[in-house]
Amino acid sequence: MQLRTEPFVLNIGPVHPSTHGVFRMRVTLDGEVVIDLEPVFGYLHRGVEKLAEERTYTGVVPLTDRLDYVASMSNNLGYVLAVEKLAGITVPERAEYLRIIMTELQRIANHLIAVGSFLNDCGAYFTPFLYMFRERERIVDLFDMVCGQRLLYNYMRPGGVSQDIPDEFMPALRKFLEQMPLFVEEYDRLLKENEILLARTKGVGILPAEMAINISASGPVLRASGVDWDLRKADPYSIYDRFSFDIPTGTNGDCYDRYRVRIEEMKQSLRIINQAVEQLPAGPIRSDVPHLIHPPVGEAYARVEAPKGELGFYLVSDNSIAPYRCHIRAPSLLNLTALREMMIGWKIQDLIVIFGSIDITMGEVDR
Amino acid sequence: MTIANLSVDTLSRLQGLAPDWPGGFWWHLLLFTVLIIAFVLIMVIVTIYIERRGIAFFAARVGPNRTGPFGIFQAFADGIKALLKESITPVSADKIAYWLAPAVVFAPVIMVFAVVPFSDGALLADLNIGILFVVAISSISTIGVFMAGWGSSNKYSLLGAMRMVASVISYEIPIILSVAGIVIIVGSLSLNDIVLAQQDIPFILLQPLGFLLLFIGGCAEINRSPFDLMEADSEIVAGFHIEYSGIKFAMFYLGEYGEAVVMSTIITVLFLGGWRGPVLPPWLWFVLKVAFMFFIMVWTRATLPRVRIDQLMAIAWKFLFPLALLNLIITAIQVLVWPDVLPWIVILINFAIAGILILIGSRFYKLGWGRIEV
Repeated sequence: MQLRTEPFVLNIGPVHPSTHGVFRMRVTLDGEVVIDLEPVFGYLHRGVEKLAEERTYTGVVPLTDRLDYVASMSNNLGYVLAVEKLAGITVPERAEYLRIIMTELQRIANHLIAVGSFLNDCGAYFTPFLYMFRERERIVDLFDMVCGQRLLYNYMRPGGVSQDIPDEFMPALRKFLEQMPLFVEEYDRLLKENEILLARTKGVGILPAEMAINISASGPVLRASGVDWDLRKADPYSIYDRFSFDIPTGTNGDCYDRYRVRIEEMKQSLRIINQAVEQLPAGPIRSDVPHLIHPPVGEAYARVEAPKGELGFYLVSDNSIAPYRCHIRAPSLLNLTALREMMIGWKIQDLIVIFGSIDITMGEVDR
Repeated sequence: MTIANLSVDTLSRLQGLAPDWPGGFWWHLLLFTVLIIAFVLIMVIVTIYIERRGIAFFAARVGPNRTGPFGIFQAFADGIKALLKESITPVSADKIAYWLAPAVVFAPVIMVFAVVPFSDGALLADLNIGILFVVAISSISTIGVFMAGWGSSNKYSLLGAMRMVASVISYEIPIILSVAGIVIIVGSLSLNDIVLAQQDIPFILLQPLGFLLLFIGGCAEINRSPFDLMEADSEIVAGFHIEYSGIKFAMFYLGEYGEAVVMSTIITVLFLGGWRGPVLPPWLWFVLKVAFMFFIMVWTRATLPRVRIDQLMAIAWKFLFPLALLNLIITAIQVLVWPDVLPWIVILINFAIAGILILIGSRFYKLGWGRIEV
């Protein structure tokens, strides 16, 4: 006897604990198996790009905080690099180093959230998640010392950073750098070789290297597929050419590789911060930039390796105090492009795991 | 705890008067009914406390510590809150199934304890088919879960209920087979006889493999992590009780932890010597052992990720089922061939057999099927 099952449509999201915000997937299921998937987004659209046209160049910085709100520092950096390119502003040495320290700390904080919530999606009931939040808390405390904010930092400015680090920052940072490798080891001891985790993530949600390049994926999603592409090496911006670090890559492009790449990237970020702390020069933290910047007519595109991938800011200037046009290339959105291809044929439980392994922030997807 | 203590103490003193149910002492029935309901409710509160503080402990948090000393009254506060909440019934729900389900889930939990000995002879009914009764009654909850999943008229809850039915049907078999080993050794199905037979050594030493199989299968049967697919909070949100609120939700909550208490109790009675233990009174040993088994379940929940539904099935049919069958055969041969061998030799042999079988078993089976071409 041939058993026939009726496919049915299940809405996952926009309010669902594992969609990391207000993402919605309209999934057609055959029993437990996903046979079709349609991503629906736009629930968090705030029109950041349009709002940027109404603000001064410096006034856009707080808006960029609200794009990828778990990696505000990286967004700040991408935007100020674009403005500096547009207006030809130079940045003092000390500010460059501070920027590197902050963005790399931010990368660790972001990957802690990414890996923690990914393991939570796998079903490890909040233990790894809270372990990682414990360490993220210390990074957030460091940022709090620097700029008085814990989530939306608004720290960088065209031509430098908003304020110098206080006295208590360096001892706290050194202590963190000392302890963090031990914590990373702890995460690995907890679940790295776990049989169930391997069964759930190895070979699941494979994104082949060719497809990853074709959809212009970037960040850990691309590198887990085995493509050695990191803007910090491939197109060095700021002062990344002064540091030695490796680009961890995966081989299969499955969920497990994405998880491992993020853990390895944390270790590399610690290496970069250690070098930056050693080399940190004294001096001014902001070059002499007028309050209202009037860049010459023209356009500029600056891109940084944000924790989630290549974050680009495209600015057009008409010599006024506000950008004529601001476009943001959001890595979260582009990494979602292959969602359907990655998920079809897997079960509904894998769907959650694959989605968690991509690591998106809705603030950046919808802008 | 005082009421339960008093009752158990009274009964321990009266144990010379054999409960000759259904004749004999009519009050025996009454007293034990009250006692069992009190025991289940108190143990549920204790296990909820262990779970919340235990998970918090494993996750480097504090946990509830504001309601009463060390937060021990948190469960009462939650219960009162659930009582005061509005009880919502979805418009498209199947009303009868929806309303009956919480009771169907919770009632078997209390019924199971009718045959569980709290002390020597201190039990409601010394059924001669005790363990069969336990296994049969405890699977009734599945019907309640499916009623809830279907009656809610929600796709998430239906998915959860389907998973529940599939897993319970699969896991009954290894559970019963691993219990059968004990029955062969004791030669009786009565739980009282099984505890009495563990005078010298608890059966966890004689049947290490059976213990592991029952523990794993039991975790799957009662939805404990890593097999909690029926209410997977990160996937189908709350599974079968997604549409329940107020006191009906509280009933599911009670039922869920009640089932965990039942499973800990079965393991305690079958493998850890039930109420047996030195110095402390029997009922305290019983409660401590049940709480300890539950603590191990909390431990696994706090640590392990969740398996997938096909992997869940694979574990039951490809791993637990053959091992349980082999365990049963080996136990039968041992009982038949060496009935009088020194126990410690058998213990060593059985631990070796368990280790070898688990190693071989894990070599020869594959977790799930992975991607399906559509």
